[in-house]
Amino acid sequence: MGRKLLIDKVNVPGIETYDVYRKEGGYRSVEKALKTMTPDEVVEEVKKSGLRGRGGAGFPTGMKWSFLAKPEGIPRYLVCNADESEPGTFKDRYLMEKIPHFLVEGMITSSYALGANTSYIYIRGEYMWVLHILEKAIAEAYANGFLGKNILGTGYNLDLHVTCGAGAYICGEETALLESLEGKRGNPRMKPPFPAVKGLWQSPTVVNNVETIAAVVPIVNDGGEEYAKIGIGKSTGTKLISACGNINKPGVYEIELGIPVEEFLYSDEYCGGIKNGKKLKACVPGGSSVPIIPHFLVCKTAKGEDRLMSYESLSDGGFATGSMLGSGGFIVYDEDQCVVRNTWNFARFYRHESCGQCSPCREGTGWMEKVLYKIETGHGQMEDIDLLWDIQRRIEGNTICPLGDAAAWPVAAAIRHFREEFEWHIKNPQLAQTKNYGLVAEKVFEMAQ
Amino acid sequence: MTSTDQKIEFSPENMQLVKRLMGEYPEGKHKSALLRILHIAQRQFGGWLSSDVMDYVAEVMNLKPIEVYEVATFYSMYFTKPTGKYVFDVCHTGPCAIEGAEKLCNHIEKRLGVKEGETTADGMFSWRGVECLGACGYAPMLQLGDSFREFLTPEKVDQLIEELKNKV
Ligand SMILES: Cc1cc2nc3c(=O)[nH]c(=O)nc-3n(C[C@H](O)[C@H](O)[C@H](O)COP(=O)(O)O)c2cc1C
Ligand code: SF4
Ligand code: FES
Repeated sequence: MGRKLLIDKVNVPGIETYDVYRKEGGYRSVEKALKTMTPDEVVEEVKKSGLRGRGGAGFPTGMKWSFLAKPEGIPRYLVCNADESEPGTFKDRYLMEKIPHFLVEGMITSSYALGANTSYIYIRGEYMWVLHILEKAIAEAYANGFLGKNILGTGYNLDLHVTCGAGAYICGEETALLESLEGKRGNPRMKPPFPAVKGLWQSPTVVNNVETIAAVVPIVNDGGEEYAKIGIGKSTGTKLISACGNINKPGVYEIELGIPVEEFLYSDEYCGGIKNGKKLKACVPGGSSVPIIPHFLVCKTAKGEDRLMSYESLSDGGFATGSMLGSGGFIVYDEDQCVVRNTWNFARFYRHESCGQCSPCREGTGWMEKVLYKIETGHGQMEDIDLLWDIQRRIEGNTICPLGDAAAWPVAAAIRHFREEFEWHIKNPQLAQTKNYGLVAEKVFEMAQ
Repeated sequence: MTSTDQKIEFSPENMQLVKRLMGEYPEGKHKSALLRILHIAQRQFGGWLSSDVMDYVAEVMNLKPIEVYEVATFYSMYFTKPTGKYVFDVCHTGPCAIEGAEKLCNHIEKRLGVKEGETTADGMFSWRGVECLGACGYAPMLQLGDSFREFLTPEKVDQLIEELKNKV
C-alpha cells in the first residue's frame, strides 16, 4: 500500500464536519505555521518539498509562490482553482466533497505563506452542491477561530469565500478564471503581465489547483524534506489520479508518484485491469488535452524501460512516443474503442469550449471537428488526414492561451499513432459504420536520436 | 411559467443572500458576485433569464444591463430562453461516450419525444448534451438541477422521469 497524504481519512465517519476533522489531527498545519513559522519559512518548506502544480502544467509551486510581487499597501490574493473541467478529471471534486476541511486548511496555511488576507475558491458551477459543502466547512472554520480576525491570537487575519462559474471549461485557465471571478466573461488575458504581478483586480495573485493547496498541509506538518522523500526524481509526493474508461475499478486513487503504470493499470489496488477481459488499446494518461498513447507505449517507454506514473516518465520520448501526467485524468480505451470517433468527440469539446478570441483556435477547432466528423461518418478522403495535420499545426503556439495547444495535441497524437485507423475509415466507409478497427498494429520503433 | 407572469423581485431570503454575496468582495468589486447571483435569479424566476430578469439583476447590483447580458450569454448553465421544468444535462464527452452516453441521449430523445434543446409539450422536460461534468468515472451520467445522476442506464432514466412526473 502506498502512503496517502491527502485522502487517507476520507472514510472516517463524519470527517466532513469540523469536530471529527479536528479530532483526526486537522488544522495542525495552521497552528504550526501561524504560531511557529514566518510566511517565508512556509514558502521555503514548499520549495524543499519539490511540490509541482497539480492543475496540469506541473510548475514548481514554491517557485511560483516566490514570484508573487509584494508592493507596499496593495493586497495580495490566493485563488483556488476548483474549476475542474478537463475531460477525464474528477479528483478535486472527490477531495472537496469527501474532506472539505482539508482544502480549507490548505487555503489558510497557504494564504498565510503568501500574505493574503482575503482568498477565494472558484468552483465550477455544476458542482453547486460541493460549493455548499465548502461553505459549511468555511463557516465552521470561522466559528472555531481558524478564519476571520486575529486567527489563534496570532494577529493574522483571513477571510475565505467560495464563488462559482456557470459552465465554461476555459475558466480553468488561470487568467480566464480571474476574469470570471471579476464577474465577466471568461476570456483569457494576454500574458505578461502574469497574475503574480497583476492578477485579481490587477493585484498580485497566486492561482493554484485544489490538490496543490491541499498538499501544503502535509508539507507543513511533516516538513518539505519528508514530502520530497516520496516519489521519484523531480516528481515528489503523492498525486490524485482519477481513472476512467474501460477498466474494472474507475475512481479516484492517491498514488506515490513513480509507481509503474503497469501496477496502476492492472493491480487490484488501483484500476484492476481492463474490463470484460478485453485488451488494452490506448491510454490518455493526463486528461483529454494530453497526447493519446497506443497500448505498447503505455507500460513501457520507447526505450523499453518501465513507464512510471511521474511527470518525467509519462512524457518520456516527447510527443513522438510519450504523453503527459497533466491533471491526472487517466482514460483507458479497450480494443473495441474507435480512435477516430474519440478524437472527433474531443475536437467537438474544444470547439465548444473555445472562447473565440483568437482565430486559429476559434476557426481551427471548428474545422478539426468537421473534418474528423467527415472521416468518422464515412465521407473522408485521404487528403483530409493531411489537412487535419496542417490545421492542428497552425493552431499550436499561435494563440493567447494554451487551450489552442490542448485542442491540437490530441489530434496530432491520434494521427501520429493511429494513421492506419484513419486510412481504414477512409478506405472502408461502409465497414467503418458497423465495425471498429481494433488494435493498432505493433510498430517497430526507431529510437529517437 | 415565464418570468412575466410574476413580479420580478428576489424573495427576502434570496435578497439577503445576494447582499451577503456582494459583501464578500472589496469595496466597488461586488460585480464578482454576478455569476452566483445569476444562478439564484435563474432558479427563482422560472429556470431561465429573461431580459427583464437580467435588467432587474443589473439594477440590484448597480451594473449596466449589458454587463449582465454579456455574462449570461457566455456561460452554458444560463438559459436565455425558457426550458422545461426539469432539464437533463447529459454528458456526452469522451469518457462518458465510451460508456454509452450516446445511447442514453438517443433513449432520452425517444422517451421524451423531443429533440436536443427542445421542451416537451407539457413543459415538464428538456434535455441537451453537455461537455464533461467531472464525473467521468461514474459514467454515463446527467446533471439535474444541483444533483448528478451517475452510472445511468435507460431503465434508470425511465424511472427518474416517472418519479419527476409524479412529483406534484
Ligand atoms: C484551457 C485550460 C483549462 C484549465 N483548467 C484547469 C482546471 O480546471 N483546474 C486547474 O487547476 N487548472 C486548470 N488549468 C491550469 C491553470 O491555468 C493553472 O495553470 C493552474 O490552476 C495552476 O495551478 P497549479 O500550479 O496549482 O497547478 C487549465 C489550463 C488551461 C489552459
Ligand atoms: S486559445 Fe482559444 S480559448 Fe484561448 S484565448 Fe484563444 S480563442 Fe480563447
Ligand atoms: S466525460 Fe462525462 S463526466 Fe467527464
